[in-house]
Amino acid sequence: MPAKTIQQEALTVDSLEVHFGGLLAINSMTFDVRAGEVLGLIGPNGAGKTTAFNAITGYIRPSSGHIAYRGASLAGLSPNEVADLGVVRTFQKTSVFGGQSAFDNVLMGLHRRQTRKALHIIFGLPSVAAEEREMRDTAREVLDFVGLGPRADELGSALPYGEQRLLEVAVALAARPSLLLLDEPVSGMNPSETASFMQIMGEIRKLGITVLLVEHDMKMVMGVSDRVVVLNNGSIIADGSPGEIQKNPDVIRAYLGERYKKKAQMRSTARVGAKGKKRAQG
Amino acid sequence: MNRFLEVSVVLFLASIPFWLGNLYYLHILITTGIFIIAAMSLNLLLGYTGQLSLGHVAFFGIGSYTSALVSLGFDLELTESYTFVFEPKPVWFAFLCGIVLAAISGWLIGRISFKVRGAYFVIVSISFAEVVRLVSLNWIDLTEGPMALNNIQPFTFAIPGLWELTFFKKEPNYWLVLGLCVVCFVIIRRLVQSRAGRAMIALRENEPLATSIGVDVTKYLVLATILSAGMAGAAGGLYTHYVRIVDPDIFLFIYTVTMVIMVVTGGKGTLAGPVVGGLIFGILPEVLRAFASPEVQWIIYGILMILIVYFLPEGIVPAVTQWWQRRARGPEGSMSQGSAPGAAS
Ligand SMILES: Nc1ncnc2c1ncn2[C@@H]1O[C@H](COP(=O)(O)OP(=O)(O)O)[C@@H](O)[C@H]1O
Ligand SMILES: [Mg+2]
Repeated sequence: MPAKTIQQEALTVDSLEVHFGGLLAINSMTFDVRAGEVLGLIGPNGAGKTTAFNAITGYIRPSSGHIAYRGASLAGLSPNEVADLGVVRTFQKTSVFGGQSAFDNVLMGLHRRQTRKALHIIFGLPSVAAEEREMRDTAREVLDFVGLGPRADELGSALPYGEQRLLEVAVALAARPSLLLLDEPVSGMNPSETASFMQIMGEIRKLGITVLLVEHDMKMVMGVSDRVVVLNNGSIIADGSPGEIQKNPDVIRAYLGERYKKKAQMRSTARVGAKGKKRAQG
Repeated sequence: MNRFLEVSVVLFLASIPFWLGNLYYLHILITTGIFIIAAMSLNLLLGYTGQLSLGHVAFFGIGSYTSALVSLGFDLELTESYTFVFEPKPVWFAFLCGIVLAAISGWLIGRISFKVRGAYFVIVSISFAEVVRLVSLNWIDLTEGPMALNNIQPFTFAIPGLWELTFFKKEPNYWLVLGLCVVCFVIIRRLVQSRAGRAMIALRENEPLATSIGVDVTKYLVLATILSAGMAGAAGGLYTHYVRIVDPDIFLFIYTVTMVIMVVTGGKGTLAGPVVGGLIFGILPEVLRAFASPEVQWIIYGILMILIVYFLPEGIVPAVTQWWQRRARGPEGSMSQGSAPGAAS
């Protein structure tokens, strides 16, 4: 919806390169995420999407290139410093605080919103208790936001898989991101969970949070993204609206291989997405 | 209600010297209380941040020696012609110095080892304890080495010219230990139920996730080490001015092991765990002493610990709470939330 008013870049990735030993995982990757948009980042398995996330959020050091958020360079920052700038990511492999209740998971996520220092806490200042009450209310709101309100007291590790994935997003949202990086948030969710997650994505957008979304479920990516960037073998091969991407011959080739190119081009664009998904998961 | 219960427990504990009627028992309670403080401080690190400080006794010993030396005064012959003379200072001041110096050592250890965690922290903390022990043994000018520092003053509180209270007797020492136990317990509880404690638990449970939401790993690990070391130092200071003698044996590895046993059997990462573990392993040796030789005592110790760790791997306190919750939730839990019992496992 606000697609036309989005112009300003929030995140810029410029000539990013990441090596793992002799392996070139990302090769001169350049793209940007504009403030307020949902940008889909797609590509076959092993294309380097997760690696790009790791480089942006400070988990690995890129070999070269620039990454900046709102004009400030992220070079050399540790993950928590990146989070302090409002850039928060989730993990491809499910990652919650397993031994804590869903509610406490979100409380932990609220770390960045709290201002009381260790000394205030040790001396038990009234402001600490006030902030704590406020945070408990906020934690309830965040849990309700993703629809996990009724599961507040369940241990993170005891939640069904799909709900753990929701909890991850809740924890990330609790950290009050202005840019949220989601790494395959619906992988492992069943179709109805995926459908409701797409609604949550809509709500997240309404909060004014910019989203960079990595996802194999093409229906989902094409449904929620304003723009899509395609990564293959470490390089960006296409950048455009979902409609353009679905027709792009390079993308079709990357996903389906040369042999299927003709066949695929004849089919409707929506079907391409479905095949891409099948292949990615198989 | 809860607050009322807590105050009652503390008042009951405070009343013990009035009716116990046996100074030897009171002595056991005092030393047990000192060990409980040390165990609580270890739990802050081991239980909440997950870092094992196998040299924890170093902080205890630094608190002891510092407090003893500052209260006794000392002179150091620095050159032929110059001797540095440190005048004796009041005990309360010496005690504070002990806490501060222990906390500073904690900060130091934290800074160097938390860049590389886990096994490195264990190694650095053990080595540190050994170095401090060797210093206390060999820097005879300062510490008297194996001859020990003697005639350490007991605690004294004074309003100059008006009033003075010296803790020669066991009762005031007991209350002092109890008071410090309560203070440490309250501080740790405030901490772990706050943003700071949650950050520590988050690091223990899932470090990559914790950092992704903005938790500064090093900062909270160092904070935990400083507080933990300071509390251990306070326990050491109390100990020194109570037994009034300190020698290098205070750094023996066995004391660290005892603290670890207390924390692990009681339940690491729980508030009550070190208290329960400390009570058991503080009082048990004295009970056993009556009818078992030291070797047999150690065997009983070992068997008991193996049994506890085998049957209650998380420790006594978590086992009891889980049993209690299951019992409380029993009838209605099965109706309203089908999966609830699974959550306890
Ligand atoms: N820590 C690592 N060490 C070595 N190679 C890695 C590491 N992480 C990823 N890779 C390699 O980098 C490439 C890109 O992986 P990844 O970013 O996970 O892809 P995607 O998320 O797009 O599926 C793959 O070939 C993968 O094997
Ligand atoms: Mg990936």
